Parts: sequence; structure tokens; C-alpha cells
Amino acid sequence: MQHFVIVGILVIVTTVLTYLGLDVAGLAKQQHPVAASAQSASIDQLWHWEMIVISFLFALIVVPMLYSLIAFRQKKGEMKDGEHMEGNTTLEIAWTVIPLFIVVIFSYLGGWSLGEVNRVDPQALVINVRGAQFAWTFEYPEYGIVSDELHLPVDRQVVLKMTSADVLHSFWVPEFRLKQDVVPGRITDYRVTPSLIGDYKVRCAELCGTSHAYMENAVIVSTQADYDAWIVEQTEIAKQLAQTPEGQGRILAVRNGCLGCHSLDGTPGTGPTWFNLFGKQENLNDGSTILVDEAYLAESILNPNAKIVAGFTSPSVMPAFVFTDEEIANIIAYIKTLK
Amino acid sequence: MKKFFTSALFKGLVWQVIGFFIGAGLVTGIRALMGLSTTDTFFFTEPAWVLGSFIGALSFLVGCGVTDDWIKWARGIDTHDNHEEHWHGWEKYVNVSFDHKVIGIQYTLISLALIAIGGTFALIFRAELAASQLQFLTTELQLFGQNGPQLYNTLMSLHGIVMIISILLGVSGIINYAVPLLIGAADMSFPRLNAFSYWIAVPAAVTLISSLFLGGFDTGWTGYPPLSARAPVGMQMFFMGVFVAGWSSILGALNVVVTVLRMRAKGMTAMKMPIFVWAGLATSIIAMTATQFIGLAFQLVMFQRLFGMGFFDPSKGGNPILFQHLFWFYSHPAVYVFILPGLGVISELLPVFVRKPLYGYRWIAMSSIGIALVGFVVWAHHMFTSGMNEYLRVPFMYSTLLVSVPTGVKFFSWVATMWKGKISTPTPMLFVLGAIIVFLMGGLSGPPHATVSTDLHLHDTYFVVGHFHDTIFGGFVFPFFAAIYYWFPKATGRRMNEFWGKVHFWLMTPSFFVLTFGMMYVGLLGMRRRIADYDPALGIDTAHLILTIGAFLIALSVLIFFINFFYSIKNGEKAEGNVWESRSPEWQVPSPMSLHNYPTPLEVVGEPYDYGLKDAPYIRFVKPAKAGKSKH
Repeated sequence: MQHFVIVGILVIVTTVLTYLGLDVAGLAKQQHPVAASAQSASIDQLWHWEMIVISFLFALIVVPMLYSLIAFRQKKGEMKDGEHMEGNTTLEIAWTVIPLFIVVIFSYLGGWSLGEVNRVDPQALVINVRGAQFAWTFEYPEYGIVSDELHLPVDRQVVLKMTSADVLHSFWVPEFRLKQDVVPGRITDYRVTPSLIGDYKVRCAELCGTSHAYMENAVIVSTQADYDAWIVEQTEIAKQLAQTPEGQGRILAVRNGCLGCHSLDGTPGTGPTWFNLFGKQENLNDGSTILVDEAYLAESILNPNAKIVAGFTSPSVMPAFVFTDEEIANIIAYIKTLK
Repeated sequence: MKKFFTSALFKGLVWQVIGFFIGAGLVTGIRALMGLSTTDTFFFTEPAWVLGSFIGALSFLVGCGVTDDWIKWARGIDTHDNHEEHWHGWEKYVNVSFDHKVIGIQYTLISLALIAIGGTFALIFRAELAASQLQFLTTELQLFGQNGPQLYNTLMSLHGIVMIISILLGVSGIINYAVPLLIGAADMSFPRLNAFSYWIAVPAAVTLISSLFLGGFDTGWTGYPPLSARAPVGMQMFFMGVFVAGWSSILGALNVVVTVLRMRAKGMTAMKMPIFVWAGLATSIIAMTATQFIGLAFQLVMFQRLFGMGFFDPSKGGNPILFQHLFWFYSHPAVYVFILPGLGVISELLPVFVRKPLYGYRWIAMSSIGIALVGFVVWAHHMFTSGMNEYLRVPFMYSTLLVSVPTGVKFFSWVATMWKGKISTPTPMLFVLGAIIVFLMGGLSGPPHATVSTDLHLHDTYFVVGHFHDTIFGGFVFPFFAAIYYWFPKATGRRMNEFWGKVHFWLMTPSFFVLTFGMMYVGLLGMRRRIADYDPALGIDTAHLILTIGAFLIALSVLIFFINFFYSIKNGEKAEGNVWESRSPEWQVPSPMSLHNYPTPLEVVGEPYDYGLKDAPYIRFVKPAKAGKSKH
């Protein structure tokens, strides 16, 4: 009897200590990092309940184990066997039924939390998202804006209509607590209500190839006023861009995710940088050099494997794009401006 | 050395190479006649590599001689029913043997070899992760047709699959060695099939690892299309390797099921079987019925690549998510294939070192079967974010949470077994205790993945990686080491060094806790799975450095184990008797066991775990049949 009392007290103490330990590490009351969406409230709440039960179950198994190891240790030279106990049906039924009861409770709570996360606002703002190796592009269909940054107003539900141009990707903003795969050939929804103003990043969470680690784009949550200002500014830029060939080229480059691999400022990426590209002598992987002119660029866009620049992957990881002659001319016009 | 060059292993490997060239040459010849290209980046074209590797694997089997008896039967030639051993010492293990004990050890050795290979891969990419940015797997690096990040992906993917194959073979190793001994049988039901199941794993492992040199594959061990439909030719070697290894699993499991059902000693009713036999049976039922699905899923991608079929290609009306269903329908039950035998080892060894009966034997036995059955209906919890039907996530949440009930029964019964025992802690027992605590960590970090909403954050992060390593180390690695330390004297007549065994344990266990807790922690903060580099802004550089140190300490402890293992075979302390004072039948006869196990048949007369009860033996040996009585 004395053993049971000691173990019982130790289990309670250990439960509390485990919970406090998790809390000090910042893990008991919420998943990490800072929560920035309305959906995270019910998720973090469920997580908190789970951490309480986990702290208790941890103590319930570990304490009697370690206690037995010390209290019922075989002394030196002792050759006796332990007490002959084969089992106890009541006890076995108890520790089958009680966990079953906890499982039912958490099934209910899990369903509740998922329901909260999926709550639909019919007024939600719709934004189209396109994932492609190795960048995200965002299209605001109402305004004709295409951007490589996702701007969202705070406290308003948005639904992202997502699809992929090539392989599986997964849209994950850790601060939003939500993740949804992006699948070629279908549209998946990502519903979120940002609740905290700040700069975050969407990080691709489904292995998508060589530069998977770098498939990250900015997500900016701002006040409704700042968001509106950004929309006005972008609409204006989109209008101006549409009037020149190089502007249209830029729109195409953003919309097709080119800038995920080709940097504009000379930083090395998965593909050659576009900075100072036009007119330069490029070394190819077969040892030859070539002058970067219109013909070379057009060929490389339509058939990325025709010529591979030295130091880059062969065969190329770039998808073969289909563009009209005019579109290609526009893209080349844009590349020419990058000096 | 000459003995090695005439061994079945070497002959098999030579024939695998010859078979490969025959297959590859055939395809290349046909392509030449059809006017198609005959060479590619890695000399042969992809179809040539695929058929070549397939014929290579078959040639290995014929070349090593494991099919000799069957071929003779087909030609109408009789063979000896009673196979004799021709080999001595290490030669036994590189030649074809039909003795289940030799095959069990062969499985264990190849499993250890693959653990070393898969572990080395992990150390390489773990070193790369020690700090953000790319340090040595840079884009400038070119090796085996891959640049640094691609090589990272290949190593990461191979670490996963090599370890999984190693675990499957390790599981077969313990089961093959122990089950016939525990049930008092002379061998497995089908000794030739048993040898076949082992030998087919060798060319499978070779094929699998060859993918590293053929451009690798960058999909992780899950091989999801469309990415796997675009990866280099190494992808096909991965598919082929797993496909062939699957046969080993299916046929081996079939053999175990038949052996357990048909070959138990007289009087060994279901509820008097040693508990490990229950675990072996449960695991074999899964392996025998589910492995086909991963083979099928991989075969479909192989065909999509070779023949342009559009199973998973949306532009041809295919569905990439279908693959995930097929894949996880095996691959989730597969994790129970990995852990059930380990949990069986815990239940089997615990009473021996606690000197007390196994608490609630029937409940533990039934919980293994329960886990195996529920394990078949939880697969889609790997797909909560995949884009499958949203409402389906709820029933899969329920079924997944349900697994915790039979698992809980095991934990409670283990704790009750230890209560009021007389506990001693030699090395095997230390690993059993470590297994329970580590598996508890794995079990407790599971439910947040099961409840859908919390999983939306955790899915595909390092939190999952930490959880998974906890379940597999607790459910397989720790029990595997416990089983090796425990049955080593039975197999060799010597025991492994106790001091270095304890060093192994005390070095590995804390390092492992640091590793997996750290993984879960960085995962919550935003560290995604399977990335070669991470954003320094996440502030997890220091954590990753600590993880890398932990990983290298684990590797060091396993190195100590390897040295201890191979040194003790010849030089360990002699231990031919019942070293652990066990009641189990195999310990009632001297070690090592003779060819057909027990000199006289045995009969079950009591309960397996009646420690603490006087004059209640589990088995007794039946006196030899009187002369004149016919054998059959």
C-alpha cells in the first residue's frame, strides 16, 4: 500500500513538473511560432489540452517504471524470483476502457477544432495561387494584379485557390498553423483569416526537387488601409507595365515563376541570373562559349535542354514553356533592361 | 580469401552483373533495331537499366544456388530431404544454408550492414544541416551526375529506404532465429523458401544502392509522383530494389505464418505460445497481405515512366493522389511490421530480467493482433493535407486515435510486470527499458498528428521526423539491440562484453533523446522535412548544431557495438548454459544449438512465464521414441 501512495504522489508531482517544463520551453500552451491567424486559436487550444494529457500519461508510465527499478531492484547475490502475479482482469479492462474514453473525448475535440478551422466566410477574398518549381505566384483576379508577394488585409478571411504547374507543393505559413498541398490538375483551397500584422513567409512543405528548400515567398499582413494602398499601387504598375513590351515581359516572368530560379540582382540561384545577362559571353557545359542574344534566349526559353550553362544541372530542371513569339520578345525585352 | 571467391554470395554477385548485361543488352539491341536511341546519360537507356536490373536480380538467385533443389525437382531429380551442413565458421553465412538459425543470422548481418550504410548517409547530410547555408553539398559539387543539393536529396531519400529495408531484414532476422526455437520446431515449414526469401534481399539491396550512382532520386523514400515520374534513372533502381525486396517480405512472412500454425510443440496451445511468437505472427500477417500494395504502386510509376502510361499524370487524366493511397495502404501497416516484433522482444525479455510472470499475457497477445488490424484502416492520416476528400479526414482521425488503446494496454502491462519484481539490469534489460521509454515518447508525440487540425501545422515538419524516429528506435532499434545482446550467447556460445554493452547504451540513449526532442522543437519552429538548407531567420542554427553532435554520438555508440559484436564472436566470455536463467525452451539446452535444434522433441506442460512459482516448468523433453516404432 505504501508503494502505491508514494508512486501516486510522484505521478502527480511529475505531471506538474513535465507540464511546467513544456511551458517554460514555450510549448505547452501553443504550437510555435507566434500565432497570426484566427484559425490558430482552436488549434492551439486543442494542442494545449493534448499537452496536459501527454504530461500526465508520461508521468503515469515513467514514474512507476523508475520507482520499480529502484525499489524492486535485485540485491547483490540475491537469486529469488519476484512475486507471482499473472494479471488482473478488472485492471486490464480498466486500462482498456479508460483510454478508450479519452480517445472518444479527443475524437470529439478534434472534430470540433477542425470544424472551427474550416468555418467558411462567404465574403472571403479570393486570391489565386500558383506553385511551380521553385516559386509561388499570386494573382488577384479582381484587379488583374500578379505578384510574387502575398499581401493580405488583417482580420478578413481569404480563400486561396491553389494549383501547381508541375509537381506537388505544399503551402505552409507556420504562423498561420495551416498547411495544404498544391496538386497539378486540381484546385485546392486554403482558407485563413490573418489576425496579426506582420511579415511572414510561405514555405513549400512538400519535397518538390533540387531547390525545394528555397521555395519561399513573402507573405505580408497589413491593415486594410495599407492593403488598399498596395492594391492601388500595383494596379497602377500593372497598367503601366502592360503598355510597354518590357513591362509585359516582366508580368510574364512573374506570372510564370521565372524569378524563383533566375535572380534579378546577380545572386546565384537554381538558374543563371538575368542581371547583366544580355550581350554577355556565356560558358556552356560542353566547354564552348556563346554570345547571349535574342536567338539564344528564345531557344533557352522554349527548350531549356538545348544548351546548358556551365555549372548548372544537366538535364535542366526548368520546365519547357509554351509562349507566343510576341511573349518571348517581351520577355527578352525585359531581360535587356536588367543592367 | 579463396573461400570467399567460391562462395554463393560472390557467385550470385557475378551472375547479377552478367544477368544485368544480358537484360540491358537485349533492350539496347531491340532499340537499335527499332531505330531508337541506344545510349543516355548513364550509358544505357532507362528501359535497359530497368530490365537489366530485373534480370540481374533473377540471375543472382540462380547463380548463388538457392534455387538448385527446385530446378532439380523440376527436372525429376531427387534431392536429399535432410540437408546437411557443408560449411564451417564464417563460410556458413556467405553460402546457401537451409538452417533457420543460419538464415536468421544472415538476415541480421545484412541488416547490420545496411544500418551502417544508411547511418553513414544520415551522418553526411546531418553534417550539412549543422549550420544554415550550404557548406559542402554546394551547387558547384558534382558527383555521380548530381550537384550538392541533389546529392543531399538522394542521400536523404536513400537513408530512409535503406533503413526501412534494413529494419525489415532485421525483423526477419530475429523472427527466423527465434520463432522455431521458441515453438520447439526443428526448422521453418519451408526451409528452401526461407533461404530464397533471404537471398533475394541481397540483389535487392545492391539494386537499391546502385541508384546513388545513377543520378540518384530526389523524392524521399515516398517517391510521390509527379516528381518521381521526372527524376533521373536512379529512381527506377529505387523502385526495382523495393519491388524485389518486397518478395522477400511476402514469402518470408508466409513461411512464418505456416510455421507458427503448423509446427508448434505438443501441448503449445495458442495461449501458451511465448509472447514473441504472437508478435511474429501479427507482423507476418501484415507483411504477407499489405506489401503487394507498395509493389503495385511503384510498378505503376515504373510503367508510367517506361511506357508513357498516365496513371498519376493529370495531363493524361491520371491522379497523383491515388498513388498516395496505394503507397500508404502498405506503408502505414509497414511501421507496425517494424515495431510489433520489437514490442514482442520487450514482452519476451522483460519477465526474464524482472523474475516475474508477464502481466496480462492474453491482453498483450491480443493487443498485437489489435494493433495489426486497426493498422490497416489508418493509412490516410499521412494525407491530411494532401487534398483528398476533406470529410474523410475525420474517420481517419478516429481510427488513428484508436491505435493508442491496444498500445496503452502494452505499456500498462509492462509497468505492472515490473511492479514488485526482482529487477536486474544487464545490457539486454537496459535496452528493453530504453525501448519502453523511447517508444513512450514516440507514442505520446503521436496524437497531435492524429487530431487533424493540430496536424495541419505539424505535417511535413521535423516534428514528424522526431516522432517517427522515436517510434522506430523504441519499437525496433532498441529491442533489436536487446535481442542481439540476449540471443548472442545462444548463437555463438559466448557473450558480448558487458562493459562495452553498457557504454553503448549510456552513450546512445541520452544522445538519442537530445536528437529527437531537438527535431520536434525545430519542427514546431518552422523546420520543414527534407530540406538541404534552412532560413537563418528561423533562429535554429544552434539547435541544429546540437542535433548533429547528437547524431554523431549515436554513430559512435553503434560503432562500439559493432566492435563488441565482431570481437565477441571469437573472444567473448564462454556462455554455453542458461546465462539469463530463462524458462524459455531454447535456454534449456546448451549453446550454440545443434543443427536441428532440440535433440529430443519437447512438450509444453506449463505456462511460459511462471517465474516465482516453484516446480512449474514450462516444457519438458520427451524421451526418444522406442526402437522399432516407425518414424512417421
